[in-house]
Amino acid sequence: MRLTQTTLARVRLVSQAVFLVAFFVLLFKSEFTGSFRGTSGQVRLPWPVSIFLEADPLAGITTAIATHTLYRGLWWSLVILVPTFFLGRFFCGWMCPLGTLNHFFSSLRSEKKRGKALLDSNRYKPWQAIKYYVLAAVLASSVFGALLAGLVDPIPLTVRSLALSVVPGLNYTSGALLDVWYESPSRWARLGADAAQFLLQGTIVSFRQPHFRQAFFLGAIFIGLLALNLRVTRFWCRAICPLGALLGLASRWSLVHLTKDPGRCDNCNRCLVHCQGGDDPIPGPKWRKAECHLCFNCVGDCPTCGIAFSVGPFGSNATTLEAPQAQRRKLITAMVAGAALVPLLRSTTGLEVEADPRLIRPPGALDELHFLERCIRCGECMKVCPNNALHPAFMEGGLEAIWTPVLVARVGYCEPNCVLCSQVCPTGAIWEITEAQKLGRPAATPARAGVPSPPEAGNPIKIGTAFYDQGRCLPWAMATDCIVCEEWCPTSPKAIYLVTTEVADADGNRKPVRRPYMDAKRCIGCGACEFACPVKDRPAVYVTSVGETRSKTNQFILPPAPKR
Amino acid sequence: MASDSPAADRREFMLRVLRLGGLSAATIGAGAWLHYRSDRPKESEVLVADRRTGVPADPNLPEMVVAQGESPEALVRRAVEALGGMRRFIARGDVVVVKPNIGWDRAPEQAANTNPQLVAEVVRLCQDAGARTVIVTDMSCNDPRTCFERSGIAAAARSVGAQVVLPDERKFRQVNLGGEVLTAWPVLEPFLTADKIINLPIAKHHSLTGCTLGMKNFYGIIGGQRSRLHQRINESLVDLTAFARPTLTIIDAYRVLMRGGPTGGSLADVEFKKTLLAGTDPVALDSYAAKAWWDLDYQRLPFLRMAQARGLGKMNFEEVRTTFLTV
Repeated sequence: MRLTQTTLARVRLVSQAVFLVAFFVLLFKSEFTGSFRGTSGQVRLPWPVSIFLEADPLAGITTAIATHTLYRGLWWSLVILVPTFFLGRFFCGWMCPLGTLNHFFSSLRSEKKRGKALLDSNRYKPWQAIKYYVLAAVLASSVFGALLAGLVDPIPLTVRSLALSVVPGLNYTSGALLDVWYESPSRWARLGADAAQFLLQGTIVSFRQPHFRQAFFLGAIFIGLLALNLRVTRFWCRAICPLGALLGLASRWSLVHLTKDPGRCDNCNRCLVHCQGGDDPIPGPKWRKAECHLCFNCVGDCPTCGIAFSVGPFGSNATTLEAPQAQRRKLITAMVAGAALVPLLRSTTGLEVEADPRLIRPPGALDELHFLERCIRCGECMKVCPNNALHPAFMEGGLEAIWTPVLVARVGYCEPNCVLCSQVCPTGAIWEITEAQKLGRPAATPARAGVPSPPEAGNPIKIGTAFYDQGRCLPWAMATDCIVCEEWCPTSPKAIYLVTTEVADADGNRKPVRRPYMDAKRCIGCGACEFACPVKDRPAVYVTSVGETRSKTNQFILPPAPKR
Repeated sequence: MASDSPAADRREFMLRVLRLGGLSAATIGAGAWLHYRSDRPKESEVLVADRRTGVPADPNLPEMVVAQGESPEALVRRAVEALGGMRRFIARGDVVVVKPNIGWDRAPEQAANTNPQLVAEVVRLCQDAGARTVIVTDMSCNDPRTCFERSGIAAAARSVGAQVVLPDERKFRQVNLGGEVLTAWPVLEPFLTADKIINLPIAKHHSLTGCTLGMKNFYGIIGGQRSRLHQRINESLVDLTAFARPTLTIIDAYRVLMRGGPTGGSLADVEFKKTLLAGTDPVALDSYAAKAWWDLDYQRLPFLRMAQARGLGKMNFEEVRTTFLTV
């Protein structure tokens, strides 16, 4: 039995490596690299890039609680959850990308974790119960329609941090190195740089260097979490992770147990040295099932075969604590706090009371209340946007909506023929739409079964409306021809129209100038005009959220009757 | 280690003073050197391109060919043949850049980008004439990755063995265009290194200049903040054409976007003209197309007048030797 279980620790290592590599491959594949069949082809990603997010049971459960439904691929979360009922927290020890990263950083040499201090740090600590309180709070808030789980759920956290901060940072680094290389006068060196760029393209190097608002903070939080491992092995997993807590709870009746034979134990404490979960594998205290990641290190380390994993024994078991050790009073406090957070967050203005002009949601996004029931802030939509148009919100949607996607047209506009963000959104906060639905054109192929049409099918999806700042617009304020906005306007007929007006320039000469006007009924709010406007810092034409299709309240003109 | 005799202590003192002296000298030297080379940061170096992409005129051959017919490929084949054949323009071993309009995320039927069949045929003609490499590139407005695909041009060009170059930000070089309004601008590298340049625009409506044709197509050879060019669009067009010096210009007027350009989108704005213009005079070709489809006289298009004044061609297309073909 011992040999098998030592082997299992190695198999676990391979599994961790495979899943981490898969996670990174899918992260890098969350970018349209430009190939579709035929010119009517659709911009699609051939890889299931959201599968880790869809397989996340916490995302599944919290959105299910908030919406009473399970969106599209979220049923993959059952593939993790149901086996956990039988086996325990295998996901944490074998599959979770953040768990694996924590595992790796925990294994680095640290002055704080040596000798007796190491053994002590790996004994169960009462603060490991904090994660159950975090879980209680995010579950309670999701009952009231606020998906705060996304802030602390390890899978969205990892995708968000890597996609919006770490990978762009690596892109910048390799770009800087490539630039030095390209500056070489030697043609051969430049060819080498070409080759290096070609090889890196599609991994850490994007076609265009991505930039994201708040990237520094997202990255700093992530690096801080990884650094905590140098103090306490897998601090995040043991103390904070609400997904780990959920899986610990789910393993209450699992069949796999650590059996201890105190008679064979010579108190060497080696089982503690590499313990990941802090679950007390040592004889003496009870083994804590809800904390164990099933890493199999302890059984491999035991020189006397005094401990082993086995199926059972069940029933009254003097050596196992099956239930997570969380205090009922604190659990209730956490639930009340999580629930109370929602009305507290929503007692401020925002939502339907005061629409923020900068809260421009991607096309396909549900109305704000339904959107907040689903968005887990994974950043996948922002990673995939080919124009780098989507960014994590700061206060645009209020504190509750922090890190949800907003369009920043000055950085990038919304490409009319692209629906990638709605393709990758794992929870339906950005509901899956087709190009035909987005453009308000008759569908070339019937919509997929079970995918309802957005409201007002027949009209294009409008995410906002563009306005002119006539004091900054060249034809309006400076008697200068420009109309780049009109050139870029993608609607047909164009939402921007021109009126030739005779004006006087600074020297008093009369000259005709084409002045742009906006037809708000045709404008879809894509932001191409704002993006292209030559007034670089504060553009003379800019998009605000008003008129967005998804909102019933954030409106200002009487719309035309829907085309039939 | 503590010294155990005054002599050792003295020696240690001297050694230390020497070491500190050396350290001080090095620090002061480094400081002086850094101070000496301190200067206000200079603009990055700007290349002056020396380019000879033209071919000599031939009085026996037409300067412009207007071809009409059903097949885009046949149109370009016959038109180039009438101009003296591709061998007149392309020498064996040449590196040729073909510059279609790949500006927008639009399908070929929407006529916002050059007809992909035409691009493929031009590439083939160049290869048949002995070109070593044929590069197809453009600086798109929309995301180049989708523009190159949706336009059908990437697939068409690759299928005939052309090298398709996406306008990556590292593919640009800062160049002095030597123009009246355009000086230092980033230029797509293939346009600096190629032996020959074939300009392959599509004729489209444009609100500022009435129509966008061959000269306007050269917007696609530069990067940077192009949106400022509209303010002096006539001078910009002339500067760019003077810099680009196309070996051959071929204007695609098979499908013509008559309104709502340059992006279009609605098929109702596209008309089948089934025409192709080819020639060595970029000014006359633009002048002809503006008159033919938008009824714009060359007198009303300042960029044509300015281009003629700079010696880039003749604005009155009736003055150039023209052959009309029906294919």
